[in-house]
Order: sequence, then structure tokens, then C-alpha cells
Amino acid sequence: MILNNWSVRIGGSALIVLLLIALAAPWLGTVDPSLFDAGSRDLLPGKSGEISTLEGERLKHTFLMGSDSLGRDIYSRVLYGTRVSLLVGLLCALAALSVGILCGLLSGYLRWLDGILMRFMDGIMAIPAILVAISLVAIWRGSLTTVVVAIAIPEIPRVTRLVRSLVLSIREEPYVEAAISLGTPTWKILFGHILPNCVAPLIVQGTYICAFSILVEAILSFLGVGLPPEIPTWGSVMAEGRAQFNDYPHNIFFPGVFLAATVLAVNILGDGLRDTLDPKMAKKV
Amino acid sequence: MSVLDIQNLTIALPPGAERARAASQVSFSVGKGEILCLVGESGSGKSVIAQSVMGLLPKNLPVTAGTISLLDENLTRANEARLRQLRTTRMSMVFQEPMTALNPVMTCGDQIDEVLRFHSAMSASERRKRILEIIAETALPDPERMVASYPHQLSGGQRQRIMIAMALVLDPALLIADEPTTALDVTTQSQILNLILELQKRHGTGVLFITHDFGVVAEIAHRVAVLRLGELVEIGTRDEVLKRPRHEYTKMLIASVPALKPVARVARPDTRVVLQTSKLAKTYVDRGWFGPRREVHAAEDVNLEVRRGQTLGIVGESGSGKSTVARCIVRLVDPSSGEIRIGGTEIATMGAAELRPLRRKVQIVFQDPYRSLNPRRTVGEAIMEGPLNYGVPRPEALERARKLLELVRMDASALTRFPHQFSGGQRQRICIARALAMEPELLVADEAVSALDVSVQAQVLELLEEIRTRLDLAMLFITHDLRVAAQICDQVAVMSKGRVVEYGPAEEIFLRPRHAYTRALFDAAPGRGFAFGST
Repeated sequence: MILNNWSVRIGGSALIVLLLIALAAPWLGTVDPSLFDAGSRDLLPGKSGEISTLEGERLKHTFLMGSDSLGRDIYSRVLYGTRVSLLVGLLCALAALSVGILCGLLSGYLRWLDGILMRFMDGIMAIPAILVAISLVAIWRGSLTTVVVAIAIPEIPRVTRLVRSLVLSIREEPYVEAAISLGTPTWKILFGHILPNCVAPLIVQGTYICAFSILVEAILSFLGVGLPPEIPTWGSVMAEGRAQFNDYPHNIFFPGVFLAATVLAVNILGDGLRDTLDPKMAKKV
Repeated sequence: MSVLDIQNLTIALPPGAERARAASQVSFSVGKGEILCLVGESGSGKSVIAQSVMGLLPKNLPVTAGTISLLDENLTRANEARLRQLRTTRMSMVFQEPMTALNPVMTCGDQIDEVLRFHSAMSASERRKRILEIIAETALPDPERMVASYPHQLSGGQRQRIMIAMALVLDPALLIADEPTTALDVTTQSQILNLILELQKRHGTGVLFITHDFGVVAEIAHRVAVLRLGELVEIGTRDEVLKRPRHEYTKMLIASVPALKPVARVARPDTRVVLQTSKLAKTYVDRGWFGPRREVHAAEDVNLEVRRGQTLGIVGESGSGKSTVARCIVRLVDPSSGEIRIGGTEIATMGAAELRPLRRKVQIVFQDPYRSLNPRRTVGEAIMEGPLNYGVPRPEALERARKLLELVRMDASALTRFPHQFSGGQRQRICIARALAMEPELLVADEAVSALDVSVQAQVLELLEEIRTRLDLAMLFITHDLRVAAQICDQVAVMSKGRVVEYGPAEEIFLRPRHAYTRALFDAAPGRGFAFGST
């Protein structure tokens, strides 16, 4: 039934293709993305040249997407960057969902905790997401964990609010009241009765967080406050190409296309899932 | 001449539905000044027929054959523009739920005015005069104030009067009333029925009245048409159909309507007291940061007693506090004051941990069978949940669930299926089995049969009665339906505005009501002139 939806089909297949690209990057005609060669600087897409390995050996290589001002292969950097982006998107979504679900369940079910917890969440929401992320990375120094945590934290209040609103309506359902009178412990009611009935909107929310996180990671890398420079990401490739954009637009064009395509695919998938899983949130009447 | 004439009307259902047609080969007519009641259980197609007349059918339910003639004009061929002209001028409709049928952000006056602006050439002052006139006709107090009121400022009955005023403002030839009194309390219901009768007589309107309630049919119908699964099984005058039904289905339906006369029961005053409440009260306090503190006394000074093997009915209209009392007893809400004793133990002020072992002694069955079961858990898991919580080993809990399904007359194969695969009546049986799995001493049924069709209702009532005698349970039965209470209760407590106004043996209360409110309640019970349940 889910697979009958065209948005799910299109978004899903695009993501599968990107995932395969990420996994198969070493076998798709790439070289180590950190390799460079002074003789192959600023090559246009499709030009051949040479690249030197760590052992000093010089290999013939075709630069499908051209090379940057240090003579690195953009094609290899973009393909390996796919790994980072997908991983960051997935981890951020999982992190924000798991913390947000816990806070939302507690806040919606335990009324005494609600006021305190939600005011705290309001506080987090009052600071722009990017600003929070930049500050956190600046404090902790860039690494994958830091970036994921920094991007996930501003998303937690949104998930918490969503879960809380779902819990507030589900907790009034007679089946929850029946469970109370059957002597079911509170944690079992939360995780056995309430959470399974929140899953559909949460999956949808998860895809949106995933798409947003991929964008934020690219922004952080672009600003130079993301992952360490030795890890190639779309954002850092674009940042490095920024100065030469007028003469060599391919430095920004190719990673930009991949970034746009990935975010679009995740969003289309999210829209399709929303329409099939969660009729209440669907835009079509 | 007939106002509405329907011939061989057939309406298709989308592929994959439980049957091919929503209505098949339905023929009937409504004469001028006549009230035809279209009766049937849920899913019989009665509302679909009403929608087809108004041209409001969804696109996936097309009329595939037959004609609908309104004053000799064939509506099945009319285009949308023509239908729009006809609505409210020649035919109009009153819906079940007056809160959602009225626009909450427009005053009642503006909503009626909208009808007049679109369908008449009246000037603003003429329109205003007409609006006040029609509101006065529906016997609403202070028409000037009603015109300026928003729907939420009115009671359910007043809103329904506004709906009727809006429907009749242009004096249509046909009024379609789709369960117009189902959402209302019994005293309000009888007033609205009288209003429809009176207006219909005065204007000579033909009325197509859709209902599932035979009591209402007995009050209002000139003629009755009985629908079953989209087919018209019987049509005739009210007395023919109600007193001498010919079709087996009609006979069964009428026999399923509980009689208003209480069943004679043997009193057993010597059995053990299971539940006793004294001075039980629940007050809801609204403490806003700004503005005054508001208190609502949902229940006050409630003293009840239920013995083993006995059924106590709490009867009352919506807002009378009957459900609050039930929920206090199950401790789903905490009572504000008073005592609740379960088998002698005071539980009203007990903390959660202390209460836990006692919870299994009191179990509850809710009104809405569609929301009482977690849609993501199998029936088996639902029934076993309670016993597993109290440390019963899984194989034993499963065995108990299997036996209980048998007790509620369901197949053991239900254990691995999900709630959505069952009908409302079956789900209610599952809920009963779930409650019984705890081996309770007191079973609370909160409007447990109110959402069910009359034939299913009769079966579930019979089942509850059988379980009570077999397991020697004490039962607290909350209902707004006097007929149901008459059939199942030994004792009855009548509640009004949070207080018990009359309390005693069912026979005593039904045959010799003393309190004015109880008498008003009985007088309002629809169809009390007919002896239902006896055929």
C-alpha cells in the first residue's frame, strides 16, 4: 500500500541509488579523495590528467567532474561526500527522534513535568538552529559525533512538541484507560500503548529532520565549522570552490546538484509517507 | 401528489466494499404533509439515500439506476447549478450533529441570512424580519439574542432549533432530517420531535425522517420504510409496521427494542456488599492564571451500594455526572471527597502503589467499541494484558483468554487477529472478555451498549446478564437509555446535575417514580405507548 504511492516510489528509489553510490564509491572509478597533484589543478570536467598517490606514484586519471585548485578529483570527493551526508542525516534523525520521543512521552503523560520540560524546549527553540550548531561545534571541536549532536539538539523540541500533542490525545482514548484499570504500569502504557500509535507521524517527521540535517551539515562544512577538513563533504568541496566560482563553476555545481537531489529525494519520500501513513496530516482531502 | 418520489434507486459502492451496492432497487414516496421514517441499522444505506436526494453523494458512490423526483422534477439528471437552486428552496436537510453542522465563526443570524441572500431577492430589512419570524416559530426564547449568538453560546437543543429554522426559512416542500435527535438528551429530543411535528403540520412539509430508533418512529412517523443492507424490506403505515410487522427482519428489530417495563427480579438482600460509596463527590476546578477560579460540581453526595450478583443502574442525561461517578469508582479520576469501599476496603484516597493489587477487582467496559481496543495489538494480547500484569504465566493467560472468548461466544481464532477485523458488537464482546480476564468482583459498564445497533445491543445485553448470573458478579450499569435500564437493572439510581435524585429497586422507580425529574424523564421516553420487545 505504501509502495503504491508515486512520491514514495520516486523519493525511495532516488535514495536507494544515492545509498548504492555511497556504498560502492571505491569501485566507481574514484581515487582516494584526499589525493592531489600539482600538475592537475583546475581541470575542467572530463579532462584527463595525472594524480599522485601517497607512495609518490603518478596515475593516469580522468577527472569526470574536473579538479579543484589543489588538483584533487572532485568526482571522488563528491561520491565519498555522499557517505557523510547520508550518515549525518540518518544519525541526526535517529538522535533527535529518540530524545524527542522520550521527552514528549514524559511531558504529555506526566502532567507535573509538562510545564518545566516544555518551557525548557521553548527556550531551545528560541535560538536559531544554525547558531546553536555553530556554537556547539565551536565548543567541542569538529568530529562526526559533535556535528550530529549539534544538529540534532535544535530538532529535539520539534519532535517533543509533536509527540506531546499526540500523547495528549491518545492518553484520553478508552484503550489507555482500560490499560490503567488492568493495572498496566505507566512505562508499559507509554511504550506499549501510546508510542506504537504515534509511529506514523514520527516516521514522516524523521524524514524531514533527515533532509534538514543534510543541509545543515553542508552549511556547517561550508562555513568551515563542520567535520575536520580531511573528510570530504559536499559543503567543504563547495567552500573550497567558492573563491574560483566565476572561472570554475563546476567546483560548486556538482556537489550542489548532489545536495539538492538528496534533500529533494528525502523530502519527496517524506511527503509520500505522510500521505500514506498519516491521513490526518495529508494535504489532499 | 407526492413531494418526493423515488423509483428503483440503485447506488453503487466502490469496488472492494463489503457489498456491491449502497442501495438497490429502493422505491418509496413522501406525500405532502407526510412524515416517512426511513429506519435501519448502521450500514443499511439510509443516509446514503438522503444524500442522493440532496445531490450530496461523494463521487465514489454514483447513482447507477432509478429516478429521484422532487415535485415531478428528476433530480438524477439535474446539474449542480440546478441542485444548488433547489436546496433550501424546495428541499433542505437537518443533520445529526448541530455543533458541527453550524459554522462556529458566524452568528446564527448570519448563517440564516446567507440562505436568504443566495436564494431570495429580499432586502436587508425584509430578511431580518423573516429571520426573527422563523426563529420565533421554532420557539427559541429571545429571537433578537439568538440572531446575534454564536453556535457555542447555545445548548444542543437550541442549536438544533437553529438548524431547523435555517432549513425551513424558505418554506421547502421537502425536509430531510438525518438522525436529528440522536445526539440530544431524551427530554430535548422529545421537544425537538414535537417542534418538527408542529412545523411540518403548519407548513404542510413532506418529511423524510431518518432514524435508527424505533421509539422515535413511534412518536413521529405516518409511514415507515425499513431498510436492510441497502434493500427496502418493508413499507407501510406506522401501526402496520410497528404492530403487525410482516418481514422477519422487521419482526426481529422490533423484538430487539427493549421494553420500558422492568423485568421482575428476585431480590437478594443477604449477599455480600461489593461496592459502597458514601458522600462521593468530584469537583473540577479551573484555576486560570488570570481570571476567576471556576468550580464544576460533577458529582456531589453520591451514596450507592451494589451487592454480589446484583446490577445497579445509574440513569441520567448527559452532564448528570453518571460517568464521573463510574470513573471515580474505577479510579480513573480521583474523587474530591467521600469514600469508595470495594469489599470493605476504602480506595478513594489510596495511592497508586497501594491501589494496584485492588485494581483487578473493579473492571470497566466503555461505550465506544472502536476506541476501546488498541488498534495495534491483537485481541489475544489485549485480553492477556491484565493477567500478565499480575504475574499470571503466559500459557495460563492464553488458556484463560481462549476460555473467555468462548464465554462471550467468539471463536478462539480471534486471538491472533486485530480489532479492526471485527464489528462493533464483536469488539464489545472482546472488551467484556478483557475485563473478565481479571476475574473482577465488580464490572462497570459505562454506556456499554449505547453505540451498538438495536439487534446487537439485545445480544450484548443478554450476554452481560448471562455473565452476571454465571459468575455472580456485581455490576454497575451506566446508561442514558431507560429501556436498557429497565431490562438489566435490579436497582436504579437516577442522577441529575451531579446528584442522585431517586434511588431504589428498578420496579419501584419505573412503575411509581416519585421525583419530578424522574417523571419528566419517563414522559420524554420516545415510543412509550408501544409495547416493544414483546413480539
